[in-house]
Amino acid sequence: MSDTEIQLTRVAAARWRLALILTATMTVVYVGFILLIAFNKPLLGTILMPGLSLGILLGVLIIITAWVLIMIYVRWTNTHYDHRVADERRFRQEGR
Amino acid sequence: MQTGETNYVAMAGFAIFIGLSLVITWFAARKTRSTEHFYAAGRSITAFQNGLALAGDYMSAASFLGIAGLVALSGFDGLIYSIGFLVGWPVVVCLIAEPLRNLGKYTFSDVVAFRLRQAPVRVASAIGSLAVVAFYLIAQMVGAGNLIKLLFGLSYETAVVIVGMVMLAYVLFGGMIATTWVQIVKAVLLLTGAFMLAVMVLMKFSFNPLALFAEASRLYGEGVLAPGRFVSNPIDGISLGLALMFGTAGLPHILMRFYTVPDARTARVSVAYATAAIGTFYLFTFILGFGAMVLVGQPAIRAIDPGGNMAAPLLAEAVGGQAFLGFIAAVAFATILAVVAGLTLAGAAALSHDIYVHVFRGGRASEKEELRVARGATIALALLAIYLGIEFKDQNVAYMVGLAFAIAASANFPALVLSMFWRGFTTRGAQASILVGTISTLTLIYFSPTIQMDVLKHTAEEFANSLHFKYRNPGLFTIPLSFAVGIVVSLLTPEAAAREGFARLEHQIHVGEEEPV
Repeated sequence: MSDTEIQLTRVAAARWRLALILTATMTVVYVGFILLIAFNKPLLGTILMPGLSLGILLGVLIIITAWVLIMIYVRWTNTHYDHRVADERRFRQEGR
Repeated sequence: MQTGETNYVAMAGFAIFIGLSLVITWFAARKTRSTEHFYAAGRSITAFQNGLALAGDYMSAASFLGIAGLVALSGFDGLIYSIGFLVGWPVVVCLIAEPLRNLGKYTFSDVVAFRLRQAPVRVASAIGSLAVVAFYLIAQMVGAGNLIKLLFGLSYETAVVIVGMVMLAYVLFGGMIATTWVQIVKAVLLLTGAFMLAVMVLMKFSFNPLALFAEASRLYGEGVLAPGRFVSNPIDGISLGLALMFGTAGLPHILMRFYTVPDARTARVSVAYATAAIGTFYLFTFILGFGAMVLVGQPAIRAIDPGGNMAAPLLAEAVGGQAFLGFIAAVAFATILAVVAGLTLAGAAALSHDIYVHVFRGGRASEKEELRVARGATIALALLAIYLGIEFKDQNVAYMVGLAFAIAASANFPALVLSMFWRGFTTRGAQASILVGTISTLTLIYFSPTIQMDVLKHTAEEFANSLHFKYRNPGLFTIPLSFAVGIVVSLLTPEAAAREGFARLEHQIHVGEEEPV
């Protein structure tokens, strides 16, 4: 196994870890929200200020969470992952 | 506005904007063809363009008409759809987008079939895709039928038949032009329309959404800001949530979009753009839904369509008059046309290419023959959509799309994930997972109150006394079932070639296709 390939394997493993963590975060946040809808409707109906219930606030926050998670993933992969893949490709082409 | 009244200002506005969007589409498509980049260089769509096209595919009539209607009629409960339709996207970007781009060529069956035997997997996934497409089509037909009924004062059934015919003509003609551009134009139109409508609503509330929500709860009680009757029991709520979250990653026409970009990085970045557009749009639906509730009123919305699908157009009329109604109706109709075009083409391709050629002709059929079958398939799908559109009258379109998501999450998502992450996955396992996922979801929908009571008009008593499934959303049961079947069948039918192919698959997920030596 070449150096670049070892590095690629390492960074690929890191990418799966990040991808799984982010997916799990989204799932936990969203399923938590759904469970609240299912089992504790009065809590989500709590009025925080006129016109704003806890449910609506959490809903907006979940949309923002989805944005943030995607930003984290895209930023990380754009800076860390793409270079390693490019290295590996260059190595393979030179090796031929 | 009463149904049955013909309104010329709105009709003129409608005609002008439909015409305009068709002209824009035609010019855009022509321009790309003349540069010869679209087909020749292929895969040359930029991340921003693809992001908009993804958003265009995703924001169907369900989002605009259905969610606004659900929020207008049941308040917070409708927002569950707004939120659910967005949370699938982090899953798509993290787990699906890049491997899909690196492994496949045209459709997601390429990925599932990558190290498995081609024909059986393709046939199974074509069947799964067709089921998803059918339910998605019903939702679009119901939305379009109501829209034409509202605007031109025709009966719902006549409206659906006419809409079906127009769509058929559009698909047979539009199938040729670059559908990516249709979606881009449409996404921009839809975002602009929703934005204008939201601004006009907020103008009446000194640009404070909370003042709007407060007014809604003053008129209809604080219940509209809290979960209520719509998700009546916990199981249904969780089931819907799971379907929405994992369905996105199994929608054939969305997954196809990742093949129009040059590489995995562009695929990834395009999802970020798409999610920005889609999320913003769903935040608008909060305003539109509550705006319709307050400014149009629930009785007026229900009077036009019990499913609530006409809330957004009625709101447009209330805040912007007839011409604006014409504009919003045209935007909604263009949205439906574009989505239907994409769906019908995907469905026709599955029928003709995967099923007809692979099953009936043993993989051998001339291009001419295949094209003839594809045309026939398109017409058959349109007729089916018209029939089902009439049968499913009065259903909310966001709910109908929710069912399409349940099928996608049960039929396609498990096979896709298992094929990319599990070495032991086999051809038989993939086949079983897709077919069991599709059939079990369809069966549970058939025995649910939606079909038994709403469509077949059985009474509650008849329903309770016959064979039935008491939940409206099947996802909680069918997604795990599909995973379990895929795993068990794979363990029972070991396949050496599939196991050996896994290393090649893993490598290609990371670096993409090897350059030919």
